[in-house]
Amino acid sequence: MTWTTLKSDLAGAGYVASDDLAVALQLALSLGRPLLLEGAAGVGKTEVARVLAAVQHAKLIRLQCYEGLDASQAIYEWNYQRQLLSIRAAAEDGVTGKAVEDRIFSRAFLLERPLLAAITQDTPPVLLIDEVDRADEEFEAYLLEILSDFQISIPELGTITATSRPIVILTSNGTRDLSDALRRRCLYTYVDYPDRGTELAILQARCPDVEAHLADQIVGFVQKLRTEDLEKTPGIAEMLDFAAALMGLGIADLTDDPSVLQAALTTLLKTQSDQAQITPEVAGRIAGRAA
Amino acid sequence: MSRVTKFAARDPGPAARVVGFIAHLRANGLRLGVAEAELAMAALAHVDAARPEDSRRALRAVCTGCKEEAARFDTLFDSYWMDMGRVRQKVMPTLKSPAKDHVHASRDAKGQDAAASGSAITPDAGDGDADSDGTGKLIATTQRNLNRRDLRDLVRPEEVAEAEDIARRIGAALRDQRSRRRIAARRGDRLHFRKTIRASLATGGEPIRLWHKKRPDRTRKIVALCDVSGSMSVYAQVFLAFLAGLMRADTAADAYLFHTRLVRITEALRDKDAMRAIGRMSLMADGFGGGSKIGPSLMRFADTYAKRFVDGRSVVLILSDGYDTEAPQMIGAALAKLRKRGCKVVWLNPLKGWADYAPVACGMAAALPYLDAFKAANTLQDLAALEKDLVRL
Repeated sequence: MTWTTLKSDLAGAGYVASDDLAVALQLALSLGRPLLLEGAAGVGKTEVARVLAAVQHAKLIRLQCYEGLDASQAIYEWNYQRQLLSIRAAAEDGVTGKAVEDRIFSRAFLLERPLLAAITQDTPPVLLIDEVDRADEEFEAYLLEILSDFQISIPELGTITATSRPIVILTSNGTRDLSDALRRRCLYTYVDYPDRGTELAILQARCPDVEAHLADQIVGFVQKLRTEDLEKTPGIAEMLDFAAALMGLGIADLTDDPSVLQAALTTLLKTQSDQAQITPEVAGRIAGRAA
Repeated sequence: MSRVTKFAARDPGPAARVVGFIAHLRANGLRLGVAEAELAMAALAHVDAARPEDSRRALRAVCTGCKEEAARFDTLFDSYWMDMGRVRQKVMPTLKSPAKDHVHASRDAKGQDAAASGSAITPDAGDGDADSDGTGKLIATTQRNLNRRDLRDLVRPEEVAEAEDIARRIGAALRDQRSRRRIAARRGDRLHFRKTIRASLATGGEPIRLWHKKRPDRTRKIVALCDVSGSMSVYAQVFLAFLAGLMRADTAADAYLFHTRLVRITEALRDKDAMRAIGRMSLMADGFGGGSKIGPSLMRFADTYAKRFVDGRSVVLILSDGYDTEAPQMIGAALAKLRKRGCKVVWLNPLKGWADYAPVACGMAAALPYLDAFKAANTLQDLAALEKDLVRL
């Protein structure tokens, strides 16, 4: 499979990937390396994994990282309550010692968390490790170990080796520098805001009902808006919301009604100062230039 | 006419050229090892390597690791593979690699050289010392080198060690206790049920030993912005040593220099060799000792890096005298923007230590309303004394 076929497959599933991203994805698939995607919020990093899973007919397993994420939330945990009940039940039945121990430390009492689940699938799943920069650095080190060996050792059970190697996609918003070790292990792509043509293709793929003229205006408007000095630059998801809002309001042309345009801007501008900055006059001017 | 570089016929095959390319990237500051060269070859086998654009994309995915590297990659790729059809003289890296020069230069500086010339202010530009660092690959021309001061002349290794100690104490003083999530602890305010039940498995289900949990202390992230304009050059010695020490003591800290523009020096200061780190920093601090544009620099920081690296747990240290050539309102606006990210802002002003100092400089006056603390700092001892004040932030 070449990257062009992968790109058209993704497009078929509704994701318009840039050439850079398509090559990187194809390399990640064929070399079996994790792929690290970095970029601003709302450029479609998480969506890549979702669509890739759909295209590959694989299961998507998602691990959302957050500060304080630890092994019991990411890898595995014993089901203590059930173990306790089992011990009590065993005591009533008169079973003791090794038999109880064997029973309560078996796979039936193991709660699989995303990382363990990802390596014990029959077919290779897509493992999405979302916002890895939010996790602590200690967790990053642990993650590295799993990404290199694809095996997890559980003291009570022994080592569990991967039955299938997952396709790993990591995303990062760059809230902190990731360690060099992690970067070295991964392929890397920086996902930027799409250019006008790409964004238009995305809009048409996601909202096929939008008329060509309006779609062109919407994309032009959002592209121009991104060049303004905003606190929160609108991403692709916001653009799609904006399009949906305009559709719902029954607008045929952006320049028609300034008040309706201003109302629809709530889907794009997410802070008070941004809303204050883009006054109806500014919005009208941008819409006029975008047309 | 093809732009692709021609390689001499006697050169070994494509593998050597790819290795040469990796060496070329390495010489330009990308951190790549042997494994990357291997991976690059494997990657090229999976794309149509005869098409330059495909190869470029594949190599970019393999060889870069962050946004800045990805942005630089295109020119580096062009300069190696797209050399307008010129014949490349040698593809194999020579034995005398620039990395070796690095080490050599830094050792000299760490040894007698730096200590001997350890005055507070460097001699004028044009002095032999200033040009003697062997990291010439990174810089464009020698012309600009003349205007550059070698910061290694300003900072002595002992000072870095002392500053490291101070920075470590300050880092330890800055603890944040606002975490909502509790973790297991020997003495805590709540029972840790999961752990207690887990432990009770060993005693047949009787919870004999009780485990506790508490809210963890989380370290605060220090982001330091140091003014190295002309008016600050007397104090640069202290502050640069402090920055170097800070980066060594605290792996999460972040450091920037500004004069007329803003430079992120975190990466450079992470170098294990303290003096080499300062050497790398001086390469980046082009324009050191020149004019100061505090407002625009802070604004640029608030608009770019702060969005990624500053959050509610950060403490932004600004080391500056507040003498700005730009409009003072800009400082206020930039600090207001920074404050919105939830961080604490501490301004350390060397002039504040003077007897009759009042913050009358327009820039400083504009900044005052937005500061959580405004302190004097002339010497490393002053910085050490900050420890107590910062605890209360």
